Amino acid sequence: MLHGEVIHISADLLLLQAFIGLSLGAIYAMMASGLSLIFGLMRVVNFAHGSFYMLGAYTIVYLISLIGNFWICLIVAPIIIGGIGILIEVTGIRPLYGTEEFNPLLLTLGLNYVFVDIIRILFGLGGIGSSIPQGLTGMVNLGFMMFPKYRFFMIVAGAIVLFLVWLFINKTSIGMVVRAGTKDNDMVQMLGINIRLVWTLVFGLGIALAALSGALIAPITGTIPEMGMFIVIEAFVVVVIGGMGSFAGSIVAGILVGEVIAITNLFYPQAGTVAIFILMAIILLTTKAGLSGEG
Amino acid sequence: MDWQFWISVPILIFLPFITPYHAIATNILIVGLFATGFNILLGFTGQLSFGHASFYGLGAYGTGLLIARLNAPLWAGMLGGVFAATIGGVVIGYLSLRRSDVYFSLLTLAFSQVLYFLAFQFRSITGGDDGLRGIPVFTPFGIDLGQMLNMYYFSFVFFIAMTYMARIILRSPLGKAMRAVKENEDRAIACGFNTQRVKLISFIISGIYGGLAGALFAINLRYVTVDLLHWAMNGEVIFVCIVGGVGTFFGPIVGSVAFLLLHDYLQVAFTRWEMVVGMILIFFILFFNQGIVGGIENWVASYREKRAARAGSSQGGGN
Repeated sequence: MLHGEVIHISADLLLLQAFIGLSLGAIYAMMASGLSLIFGLMRVVNFAHGSFYMLGAYTIVYLISLIGNFWICLIVAPIIIGGIGILIEVTGIRPLYGTEEFNPLLLTLGLNYVFVDIIRILFGLGGIGSSIPQGLTGMVNLGFMMFPKYRFFMIVAGAIVLFLVWLFINKTSIGMVVRAGTKDNDMVQMLGINIRLVWTLVFGLGIALAALSGALIAPITGTIPEMGMFIVIEAFVVVVIGGMGSFAGSIVAGILVGEVIAITNLFYPQAGTVAIFILMAIILLTTKAGLSGEG
Repeated sequence: MDWQFWISVPILIFLPFITPYHAIATNILIVGLFATGFNILLGFTGQLSFGHASFYGLGAYGTGLLIARLNAPLWAGMLGGVFAATIGGVVIGYLSLRRSDVYFSLLTLAFSQVLYFLAFQFRSITGGDDGLRGIPVFTPFGIDLGQMLNMYYFSFVFFIAMTYMARIILRSPLGKAMRAVKENEDRAIACGFNTQRVKLISFIISGIYGGLAGALFAINLRYVTVDLLHWAMNGEVIFVCIVGGVGTFFGPIVGSVAFLLLHDYLQVAFTRWEMVVGMILIFFILFFNQGIVGGIENWVASYREKRAARAGSSQGGGN
């Protein structure tokens, strides 16, 4: 890319990078919308969200080595990890409702240490390599450019999953309880609705979204035990930019952050991560509650 | 709170002779000082900063860079480190406190990540992950800080001075305002407190403590590493405070003793010691929220109550 002292970046390259940003954005949007759903409803900051992302990645890689079928594993892995999430909500987080607001955050911080070390014990300190499943390798012709097929699949999968979650929140009766609970939990309970059950369900859903994000990224990046550490912080940034508790905000901010990282990578790769923090600081200084204005 | 301060002085004088080796006692004081500052913010003002490693790192890099790169004398170096942490406290505090509660926690975390990346990237200045070297052994007033015991008592003087300072701050009107914010911020606003300013001052003060701890770290190890800014360091100081007892005066140093001894013993016996740290944290959050010192305080209080109830026979069985 470097020719003498001038950096030439063609329009094609910029477009390619913008689409790669979109595939990253799909991952960020799924991570952040899970975090945001959980926070919006029960005011729990799930610090272990990155661990569940990592567990999702390890689970799919392990399952593929057992079963071999990528598509089955892609569905089964988030369900398993979502189940673990539900178990943790019931046993660990439920006793903490009504105590200091930051207790669940600290509990999930502890869980983070435990999960990462369990994986180190089971699968070793190094990562596990992974390969792109058959049928998704190679390039796809988008009409105006060639694009890696698997990354295109990530964008499509992310869009479908987020659309389904949107349908769940906005078009089902449970979703109505979720929306009402995000505004006022006490009032929902007063109406005689078992909101605790909905909380558990939403926690499981948020965790499953994190696991799915990890499962989707694993074929191109492989897995390491610490892979969740940075993305959880980045996902927090996305949530803060989008407005905490806002589903739409998370998606818009997720795509925005994906694009910022992808484009900065083109010009100055080292600055990608710092760029999103600067973006966050600007949003914080200029808006009251993130892009969505909620939360 | 008062008895805890006076008890800590004689115990800490003898600490290096109780610990397995002298060096660990110095680390206990440094981490304890860091945690004492953190506790002013978390325990007494009720704000959970998830980015306090920023100040530890700013203090250590400020001191280390001035000494190693500009050949500054000891005191100028330490002052520079504390100054860097103070400036950091003002800027990060001002920005992060634009949001409250958990948003605040996440913002402080984000800023500590920025500092981590900066220290990592600008390796020509900071040494990156190889660390910053070239800090000499100092001999203030002819005391050779290369000797472990001398370094311990050098840190001890700062530790006692700063905990005494914390005692003064917490008893002052500012300390009362902090507690008002912690108990109920809305009520504190209604009472006429400028809670935003109270939080910012508390944040800066706790940053200064972190900065001084970082400065001592640099002098002690004669080496600064990016690990000081790593997010795991934010977790460590939280762990120390939770285990010792959030909002208790003596808690941070007890937590620091527990953490460093645990670290020392477990790392030899069991390589996966982070898992144990995580499990202990979970245990304390779920079942022993008040921490070790908080537990003792409660026990003392209930013992006194029982005795008082027995003395005044009209009241039946106090609880």
